[in-house]
Amino acid sequence: MTHGKSFEPKPYSNPYLVGVGLGLVLLASFLIMGRGLGASGAASTLVAVSVEKIAPEHASNNNFYKEYLGDGSTNPLKDWLVFEVLGVIVGGFLSGTFAHRIKLTTEKGPNVTNKQRLIYAFIGGTIMGIGAKLARGCTSGLALTGGAVLSLGGWAFMFAVFGGAYAVAYFIRRQWL
Amino acid sequence: MMPYYKFEYFGFDFSLVIAFIIGIGFGFALERGGFGNARILAGQFYFYNMRVLKVMFSAIVTAMLGLFYFAWIGWLDLSLVYIGDTYIIPQIIGGLILGIGFVIGGYCPGTSFVSASTGRYDGMIFILGIFFGIFLFGEAFPWIESFYNSTNMGRVTLPDFLGISYGMVVFLVVLMAVGAFALAGWGEKVMSKKTGRGVE
Repeated sequence: MTHGKSFEPKPYSNPYLVGVGLGLVLLASFLIMGRGLGASGAASTLVAVSVEKIAPEHASNNNFYKEYLGDGSTNPLKDWLVFEVLGVIVGGFLSGTFAHRIKLTTEKGPNVTNKQRLIYAFIGGTIMGIGAKLARGCTSGLALTGGAVLSLGGWAFMFAVFGGAYAVAYFIRRQWL
Repeated sequence: MMPYYKFEYFGFDFSLVIAFIIGIGFGFALERGGFGNARILAGQFYFYNMRVLKVMFSAIVTAMLGLFYFAWIGWLDLSLVYIGDTYIIPQIIGGLILGIGFVIGGYCPGTSFVSASTGRYDGMIFILGIFFGIFLFGEAFPWIESFYNSTNMGRVTLPDFLGISYGMVVFLVVLMAVGAFALAGWGEKVMSKKTGRGVE
């Protein structure tokens, strides 16, 4: 019954090949646009636009939101990173589809319930949002992109990310192992 | 001459089309690497799956070498490639916080988008968490603004900071990456023997 087997999820690709492929995408972005990749900036734009919709005066008094809202001459959602992230969502879906890896599920270790895992995901996401904004970028925009252009801040950030993660990994091993 | 956008080969509206296409490549690569899956990403922090390190460093080395050679040949004006200013203390503290969020939540922002688009509920909830965290940061911004803007060192790169040539730093980064790959392979072998867990 080879037919059924062909719809099994395929194994993930060789990490070094993926890395070279990702590096070429990043290089193309530098060569065509003069800038690298990003992710958290698009989320910031969405948050700033939402706050502005609900409380316009509050948003306009805040330098953080203002940076993402611009001067009002263009729609803030017409933003390079917003369109890039829309591409990320489509690209991930395409790759997952070709490899039969699209599945409605929750990824977790065997010793936690789905509910516990989702609570961890929300808390982790919240902490990550704060950290990414304080550092002015995330793993894509600062570590990967800043790493390739040899930015001092990018490299310092990258080591700090690994440092922070390894420092607390032991205490939450139950979630993953 | 590259970067094309800086030399006005096309305008802002078309740059959004480029953004979308580059994003597709980015998301595709992340999913191929297994980064839509929190268990693969978290494996990095327990030494049983070193994919994050392998993919990240081979991507950095590839793009770094590409930039170096394109500039050396003279096809690329490297001074027009955006390098953000370094704010060393907020960036180190932000990195530590982000790393803690990474191991608790299982994703970083880019990988959570891939995770959500391939059907993972934890990725979707993680994204909501990011929005909430950014909102908290935005609301607290008036109080942390001075720290946020502290220790600005300007557009400083490793060659500037270390006082050695660009080519030498590139060479050292390649050496470090090769060393890290060797260590990662060795670490995975040791861990799989110890825990009986194969490399996923």
